[in-house]
Amino acid sequence: MKQAPTIKAALYMKMVTLCALVTASVLMVNQTAFAIELSKQQNQPVPAGEKPVDPYVQSNDNAGATPMTDDTVYHQFGGMDGISRIVDDLIDLSSKDERIEGIFRATDLVRLRRTLKEQICYILGGPCDYTGRDMKESHKTHGITMMEYNALIELLQVAMEKEGVAFRAQNKLLAKLAPMYRDIVLR
Amino acid sequence: MAMVSASLLMVPSLSHAQQIETGGKLLLTRGISTFEGSGGGGLTPWALITGNETNRGIGGSAHYTHVMLSDYQLRTYGAAAGFYDRFELSYTRQDFDTQDIGTALGLGEGYTFSVDVVGAKVRLAGNAVLDQDTWMPQVALGVQYKKSNRGDLVAALGATNDEGVDVYVSATKLILSQSLLVNATLRYTKAHQTGILGFGDKASLQPEFSVGYLVTKRLLVGAEYRFKPNKLAFAKEDDWMDIFAAYAINPYATVTLAYGMVGDVATIANQKGLYATVQLGF
Repeated sequence: MKQAPTIKAALYMKMVTLCALVTASVLMVNQTAFAIELSKQQNQPVPAGEKPVDPYVQSNDNAGATPMTDDTVYHQFGGMDGISRIVDDLIDLSSKDERIEGIFRATDLVRLRRTLKEQICYILGGPCDYTGRDMKESHKTHGITMMEYNALIELLQVAMEKEGVAFRAQNKLLAKLAPMYRDIVLR
Repeated sequence: MAMVSASLLMVPSLSHAQQIETGGKLLLTRGISTFEGSGGGGLTPWALITGNETNRGIGGSAHYTHVMLSDYQLRTYGAAAGFYDRFELSYTRQDFDTQDIGTALGLGEGYTFSVDVVGAKVRLAGNAVLDQDTWMPQVALGVQYKKSNRGDLVAALGATNDEGVDVYVSATKLILSQSLLVNATLRYTKAHQTGILGFGDKASLQPEFSVGYLVTKRLLVGAEYRFKPNKLAFAKEDDWMDIFAAYAINPYATVTLAYGMVGDVATIANQKGLYATVQLGF
């Protein structure tokens, strides 16, 4: 009779310890997941010549369009070499166009060149991953208007023409990019 | 006191009013001008709003159209304004010249039926050009008030009215991945020969279709078909159709050449011929 409370107390202590252990391990797992998430965001190396950006989670979902199911159009664009020339031309043209040069002055063009090439390559079904931010996040500070958005489309058409991309293939890319106005055009 | 606070409230909203812009639409996406003045194809209005403006501005266009049919000539000219890529107002004058056939019809050579058309259109939903990830078209609702200057004659030919209002709904979609533009319009009308021969008592619903293929960013080729009522006793009225090529020289000027087939008009059979439009806009 005298021992009963001791057993009860011991049992109670064991239960408390178990609970504490479970809680601690759950917390630790959570913390580990959080730490991994954090390191994914914070330990992204800043490529040479680029300015750091606020942490974000990298994902092809950030590209803002579903990629084409095969690489036909990617090859019609001349693969990564063609895409690269088109993006370089587009950025050069945009930086000189009075309608939108202000937006490009306020942009890290080294980073834009890299991420835009990745984005177009990924969307056209090429062997690339998009590592940039999503369209809403990457454009939120620019206050872009519909006129500015259309100006960029016009300059992209000029760059694609210069590269000799067939008009129908040009339109296939534009069809993928056009709906992004919902995240990009803010006023 | 209420008035004072109301006017105080007005001040900040006025001072924050955005600057009105002009321009900004992509080539050809303001549409061309129909022979009735509305932004669209040649024979049928589209849901696109005329003028090069975007949601932040105003724009406008003016057109002259010359149609050389087998026995008649139709000349139309007018101007239209677009507001915020949302509203469109238009005015067009149509001169339907009976030329030599006027004598045969007992009207006198060069007898001309004229119709004034005042149009208004509002875009209700969708973006025909940019919404490429959905089938939702751009949809607009429009009205066209038409008044004939030949009330007595059109009455003698069987019209019950020298004026009438058409109401239409248009759905327009650019299918960019296929370089195609498609439009469907449904029109509620009492007009005989679009109003040139006056208006009747009985309204009907008439569908109209356009399809175009973008050859380049400047050149759209296509065809249109406009169903028409046939409610005059003295003469048969046929559906209208055309094939067209519209070319944007620059953001301001578009020229359109078409071949139209309009069938019987006022007892003269099988009218067809070249159709040319020059449209200037900003």
